[in-house]
Amino acid sequence: MPLIAAAAAGLVGLAIVFAFLVAPEDADQGISQRIFYFHVPIALTAYACFGWGAWKALRLLWTREERYDLESYVAVHQGTIFGALTLATGSIWAKASWGKWWVWDSNQLVLFLVLFLFYSAYFMLRFSIEEGPRRANASAVYALFGVALIPVSFFAIRLAEDFIHPTTFTRDGPQMTGTMFLAFCVSWLAMSVLAYALYRVELLGKRLDANLRELREALT
Amino acid sequence: MIRGRGVEKRYGRRRALRALDVELGRGGFLVVTGPNGSGKTTLLRLVAGLAAPSAGTLEVEADRAAVGYLGHEPLLYRDLTALENLDLYGRLYRVPERRERIGMLLERHGLWDVRRERVASYSRGMTQRLAICRALLHRPELLVLDEPFTALDAAGAELLDHELAESAGRATILLTTHDPARVERLATARLALA
Amino acid sequence: MTGYIADVAALARKDLRLELRARDTLPAMLLFVLSTLVVFHFALPTGADEVAAQGLLWVALVFTALLGLARAWAPEREGGALEGLVLAPCDRSAIWLGKAAAVFLFLVAIEVVALPAFSLFFSPLDGSAVLGVLLANIGICTVGTLLAAMAAASRTRELILPLLFLPLAIPLVVGGVGASVSTEPVRYLTFLGLYDAVFAILCWASFEYVVAE
Repeated sequence: MPLIAAAAAGLVGLAIVFAFLVAPEDADQGISQRIFYFHVPIALTAYACFGWGAWKALRLLWTREERYDLESYVAVHQGTIFGALTLATGSIWAKASWGKWWVWDSNQLVLFLVLFLFYSAYFMLRFSIEEGPRRANASAVYALFGVALIPVSFFAIRLAEDFIHPTTFTRDGPQMTGTMFLAFCVSWLAMSVLAYALYRVELLGKRLDANLRELREALT
Repeated sequence: MIRGRGVEKRYGRRRALRALDVELGRGGFLVVTGPNGSGKTTLLRLVAGLAAPSAGTLEVEADRAAVGYLGHEPLLYRDLTALENLDLYGRLYRVPERRERIGMLLERHGLWDVRRERVASYSRGMTQRLAICRALLHRPELLVLDEPFTALDAAGAELLDHELAESAGRATILLTTHDPARVERLATARLALA
Repeated sequence: MTGYIADVAALARKDLRLELRARDTLPAMLLFVLSTLVVFHFALPTGADEVAAQGLLWVALVFTALLGLARAWAPEREGGALEGLVLAPCDRSAIWLGKAAAVFLFLVAIEVVALPAFSLFFSPLDGSAVLGVLLANIGICTVGTLLAAMAAASRTRELILPLLFLPLAIPLVVGGVGASVSTEPVRYLTFLGLYDAVFAILCWASFEYVVAE
């Protein structure tokens, strides 16, 4: 566990170094391009967390083993945190690139907005049901819906371009040279390990909480 | 017919049923007693299949079509008539000769005259009688009854006595009650929850 | 298989009978959608284009549907009948499908009035728009019915259903508006069909777990 945390911290540090110092500055976007090195890996990590959460949810429904409920919840929680960070970094990028704190042009950003709304509802659902199998099942089913929503929303937003806004820039990020690609990969790895570390930490914390409670009840 | 070892049910932190062993052979009549909150209702729900145990094993040799359940709620549609309610359940349970069976039950339980009136207009006792009809509609092999005598007047209670006596040899019965003396002579087993 | 369809039919019939008898949800939805359309007239600045108006139709439809969905499982809640259905030997997904089918019919009944009203107040709707509405209905009913059942377990039942539903409704709105205004409605209609297929399968498979304990 400490090893993972150390690895996470180290990798994040490395990623920052790479993004801000090593990678060449892009002629077009300047400093805002540095954000890109974090924004996209964070987004990818968020997707991975949601996917992981949905996988655990599937396991829960399949095996009815309680531990998957907590694992699914923590994964979705991490995904939402990284999703919020995606929105934040995306917003900074938008401000730096186009001068506005929000643009509807970036499909990625709009998708994350929809997902953020969706997963916020996940938490509201979870906190409004009593602990027990109903809550676990409802959360699991909703987490599965979330993962189905990701591609469907993506296509919807693509389609919506026709009548919402004309595209003003190419969908893909900037073209990447060798060092840039390396910086990107380092950052991606860093975010993934960080997410995993946070996942383990939160899971551990919640399990300790539960064990403590059980102990207290057994003693009274 | 029912075999449970270490059956437990938890709702999050709340333990509704502490580890329990239970056994009931085919054709048996098990009376479960205990104070409020001891888990009687939870046990019955587990046996009926409305919930699954959190721990332990519970084997019930009856599939859903063979189980008749009576809970604290009547499990009826308030805005439908007795006929409509029983017709729906009759279809879902694939009851043969549905109309005749429904007619017979309604008549036997004194509900024939109100069969076309909405359940919302019934008294509590009448609703309970209809709920009993619903539970018995498909001639279940396993009857799971949670305090079935609730809200019944003397006549209704007597009708239920008859039904229980009639079913006792043929079906397996599991019921809870605050008045065990009533069913004492039919009982083949007793379980007191703490 | 025929048993399954018979179960779904019996359940849907039950819902239709209940609504015809109580007559509370449909009239409310009808009045709501008409009032909403009138509000939109005042909310749209003059010179707002046709596309904006089409968009508002979808807002009206989605929120009217939410109104109906909030009460979809009310009859089952009142007498505990949902447990009765869960106990029955029928497939649990039939419970969902029967209810969703009934909700679909209610929505169509509303739209029979709302769409002409919209054409009257704002701008005419063509065939692809109507088809879009029907396809989106399927998505709304399938997903909405399941989410309504989920919300029933929650303390904040009436509040949570819109929160759960709206993000999932966004693709439907995109598809529907696209079908109405785009020069290539087929793309949008296909997309709606895809949404319907994906989520119908998901709902069908997962409803069992929503009502389980």
